[in-house]
Amino acid sequence: MKILVPIKRVIDYNVKVRVKPDHSDVDLANVKMSLNPFCEIAIEEAVRLKESGVATEIIAVSIGNKSCQEQLRTALALGADRAIQIDTDESLDSLNIAKLLQKIVDEEQPQLVILGKQSIDSDNNQTGQMLAALTGMPQGTFASNVSVEGNKVNVTREVDSGLQTVSLSLPAIVTTDLRLNEPRYAKLPDIMKAKRKPLDVKPAADFGLDLTSRTKVIKVTPPAQRQAGIIVSSIDELVEKLKNEAKVIS
Amino acid sequence: MSILVFAEHDNSRLKSDTLKTVAAAQAIGGDIHILVAGLKCDDVANEAAKVNGVSKVLVADNAAYEHQLAENISLLVTELACDYDHILATALTTGKNFMPRVAALLDVAQISDIIAVESTDTFVRPIYAGNAIATVQSVDSKKVITVRSTGFDAVATDGNAEIVKVDSVQDAGLSAHVSDEISKSERPELGAASVVISGGRGMQNGENFALLEGIADKLGAAIGASRAAVDAGFVPNDMQVGQTGKIVAPDLYIAVGISGAIQHLAGMKDSKVIVAINKDPDAPIFQVADYGLVADLFDALPELESKL
Repeated sequence: MKILVPIKRVIDYNVKVRVKPDHSDVDLANVKMSLNPFCEIAIEEAVRLKESGVATEIIAVSIGNKSCQEQLRTALALGADRAIQIDTDESLDSLNIAKLLQKIVDEEQPQLVILGKQSIDSDNNQTGQMLAALTGMPQGTFASNVSVEGNKVNVTREVDSGLQTVSLSLPAIVTTDLRLNEPRYAKLPDIMKAKRKPLDVKPAADFGLDLTSRTKVIKVTPPAQRQAGIIVSSIDELVEKLKNEAKVIS
Repeated sequence: MSILVFAEHDNSRLKSDTLKTVAAAQAIGGDIHILVAGLKCDDVANEAAKVNGVSKVLVADNAAYEHQLAENISLLVTELACDYDHILATALTTGKNFMPRVAALLDVAQISDIIAVESTDTFVRPIYAGNAIATVQSVDSKKVITVRSTGFDAVATDGNAEIVKVDSVQDAGLSAHVSDEISKSERPELGAASVVISGGRGMQNGENFALLEGIADKLGAAIGASRAAVDAGFVPNDMQVGQTGKIVAPDLYIAVGISGAIQHLAGMKDSKVIVAINKDPDAPIFQVADYGLVADLFDALPELESKL
């Protein structure tokens, strides 16, 4: 089966985020960018399915300007067979991203689409579910286990009360949670090989979609800072403060 | 203006987070209805009818909705959506799962995880794990919104709404429920507890979480964990507090052996009072703690339990 893995270039997990002084957005100038951690897990899961003989081909797709080719090359080094960049300079809403991905799903007809459950920049947690709605596929979100059995996929999901397992008809959409797997590191020979794997560039404008944003960011501000409190010297002092000063225990 | 609020429940009890989502609906303003979708969920409907500020409770009681599968619930909500300007669900795993599906079926954007309402079309939400706060305006005619419950105070429950049955049965036939593995606990739920005590990597292993239990029992607290503790396999993931786990804002949060990684702070920094116990005086958790104690947790925890 063919697996499609949409991925996103985001600010690196370890970078301290700063808001621009004019409050228009966060400052991404000269900041280290990486593959979104949940997308890395999605690639790893696809690669494992290929290694176990379930999948035959893995296609990574990303939407953005030329710089996201760096993340597509990472995906290729990790084991994707080929890559597609949908070229645009716009920063698109999840719904428009899902509409573009739907076009790729129509073209490629994958049996499984694996995405990260959310990107660590916009924290929306929407794209996988929206793509599932647009393609009419079932969805297994926040997956901690994926097993393909015949024309079904069983997905164990991380839910508030514990774990839930659902059985989905293929083709299906899966979004990854953190415990699904531990992604491998790309080896140097694979990084070299990835440079020669096919990477198609398709202009977003060629898909004939109205990609006008439905949301407008009015402003972006830093969060209210919490003031550091005091260091107490003993449990006795702590209990006394919680009782008499903070009044949160009796 | 009319607003539909999706009720979070387990077919027997209404989750208290729904009361906070109704508070967000009140902040938007309008005629508020609650949708209870499930199987044999009359008790939930009766509870929902008491929620203040709600004029009508819609009950869709059918086997297709028992496990609130996204494929079926999204069709139901989309069908009902024509009567509403705003559709709200709590940003818990059920709402996060089906709401973007509703938004896409309605061809509108979704505003996720709002923590404040500026006006009927403008909302405030954290981005970058809470390291920035965005004010976002939706230009769609219908607003599909998930609400972070820590941003709102629960409404009271002395109302008396009309209960109306919804006969529509939407079964997409794409998915089936296989099994649930529910973590059982006598303690309050993490999201609803007024006191939370969490352990981190400093706990060293899962057995040592027993040291938190005696304190949790005395304080009526829920027990949480940092991602480091979950990743190390000490405790299950449903105990995780943080950006990728549960977001909590109790009256008292006690962080034990937690260094205070930004991902953990994202899940608890709105707590009213924060206590940190850590043997490393330079741990970042002390920068957000109201009361810090630099101590070995294996000495501090038994002493704390004995003195409460």
